[in-house]
Amino acid sequence: MRLLLVVGLDGLAYASWLFLVSAGLTFTYGVLRVLNLAHGNLYALGAYLGATLVLHYAATGSTPALTYALLLLAALVIGVVVGPLIERLFLRRVYSRDEEVQLLLTFSISLILEDVVKLTWGVTPIFADLPYTYLGRVRLGGVNYAWYPFLLTAIALAVGAFLWLVVTRTRLGKILTSVITDREVSLTLGINVPLVYTLAFTAGAVLAALGGALTAPMFSLVPGVGAEVLVTSFAVIAIGGLGSIGGAALGSLLVGMARSFAVYKFPEMDLYVIYLIMALVLLFRPQGFFGEIEVRRI
Amino acid sequence: MTTRTRTVALLLIAALVLVVGVPLLLPDWIVFLLTVASAKALAVLGVVLLLRGKLLTFGHALYYAAGAYAGGMAVRYLGVHEALVLLALALAAGVAVSALLGLLVARYRAVYFALLNLAFSMVLYGMLLKLYNVFGGTDGIGIHEPTLAGFRLSGLAMYELSISLTALLVFLTHRFFVSPLGYTLRAIRDNEVRVEYMGVSVWRAVYVSYIIAGALAAVSGGLIALAVGHITPDLAFWSQSGEFVFVAILGGTGSVLAPVVGSVLFEFVRNYAFKLSPYTWQMTLGIVLLLIIFFLPGGVWSLTARLPRRSHR
Repeated sequence: MRLLLVVGLDGLAYASWLFLVSAGLTFTYGVLRVLNLAHGNLYALGAYLGATLVLHYAATGSTPALTYALLLLAALVIGVVVGPLIERLFLRRVYSRDEEVQLLLTFSISLILEDVVKLTWGVTPIFADLPYTYLGRVRLGGVNYAWYPFLLTAIALAVGAFLWLVVTRTRLGKILTSVITDREVSLTLGINVPLVYTLAFTAGAVLAALGGALTAPMFSLVPGVGAEVLVTSFAVIAIGGLGSIGGAALGSLLVGMARSFAVYKFPEMDLYVIYLIMALVLLFRPQGFFGEIEVRRI
Repeated sequence: MTTRTRTVALLLIAALVLVVGVPLLLPDWIVFLLTVASAKALAVLGVVLLLRGKLLTFGHALYYAAGAYAGGMAVRYLGVHEALVLLALALAAGVAVSALLGLLVARYRAVYFALLNLAFSMVLYGMLLKLYNVFGGTDGIGIHEPTLAGFRLSGLAMYELSISLTALLVFLTHRFFVSPLGYTLRAIRDNEVRVEYMGVSVWRAVYVSYIIAGALAAVSGGLIALAVGHITPDLAFWSQSGEFVFVAILGGTGSVLAPVVGSVLFEFVRNYAFKLSPYTWQMTLGIVLLLIIFFLPGGVWSLTARLPRRSHR
């Protein structure tokens, strides 16, 4: 029983993290039909900037409550500065070219950002755990558990609800749906499609950086985390269906719980359980749970 | 002279220069660099082969490492030291793994294909790293004193082995490119649905191509294990896969020789650039890749099309 509780809590925390990092990737793909291979690097940038801000702030000795705002600020700064830069300067030039060219382009940006992180922050690990320790711990059914993961879950839920509200309840959502369904018809309707693309890419970048910034207080930061984040979040959205936010939520929950269970019961499976689930799901449902089957044109 | 005899004559001269000229005239470090470059060119050739069918993989290091570790395991557990046996084992491992994973991967295209391969390569990387008792973790495995037909494998012999095997496999891949299946792959790049309407199995073409590409990378990994004498999990890391893709795009997909040219060019540039500034190495790769995408989509090989051709005058 106690084990079940621990597995459930850990699984929930991991699922929340997975949703935060994969929601942006799937959202961007849904609108632009481009998989952003630099997603993991935006995550790393957000994490590093967040940790740096927190460390500088902690040095002043003021109340730690404000560090959460700093993490948010870091995510916004990275997303809003780097996102439009990538989309306007580079991605925009390859929309008309083959899909593998688009992948190669985001791959080169990922390589560049990888070294930007190393040049800016060096290779020594950075650890800023103030926001984590400040929240303290809680006793739940005899289990001593930190509060911070619950904050992560709350934010993941808020992000999910926000995205859902925007897409289904606002004018912007209608515009997004229209662009996703048919880009050319949307253009003739007078929708500023290039602007929608920039906005969607920026939103994805902010979400990636937010995932990174919120993770920064939990683990020490080392270079090269980007690739792992990209592959993990791809596995999650492949399970849920590329482009589907609901799919990302379901995939996160599935992978989060399974991984948490594996950590306690089959520790040697820890690394592969994600890919095992992905392979199983794709074997029986090649487009993922909520993925659309692409219409093949002659 | 007819075109054919001239081609044969040119090939003979090239072979003579490579087999005799290079080791006699050039310093050892260049001979070693060419050994490595020609071995790696095979893995890049696999990436190029798939690219001809519009299939981009970000996990080809999976097969490269599988080949290297198949050899390494044979050295460690079976005490095999014969280079040709180790290479045969590498080839077998590459075919076996790609035939298995291909069942799933060959059903996918584009983003899925690229990332599924990446995911599987990361799984292998994790296994090589974590299963310390089996694979030796970050310590890796040493390939001590390999032999060739019973004799100790010297640096020179290694060079000859590497370039001759690469030449053979490059030639065989060329034969594949001009075979019906090779043309099917090219047709798939242009329009997959139409290929199916002609009654040709797209799945089979992709599956077979995937296995060949995996086999090429595995032999490449086997050669590298022999040449370097030590293997580590880094062989399977995503940056290695990225390097193969980079060299493939650098060389271009126009010819089977393009990966070889790209690979030699890459090893020379790395030899200098990496020493100059290790922290900006990936950034340099990224910027060069951007430049190629925008200004030289056919890769370095496409420059040959701009050379004046005597035979056409």
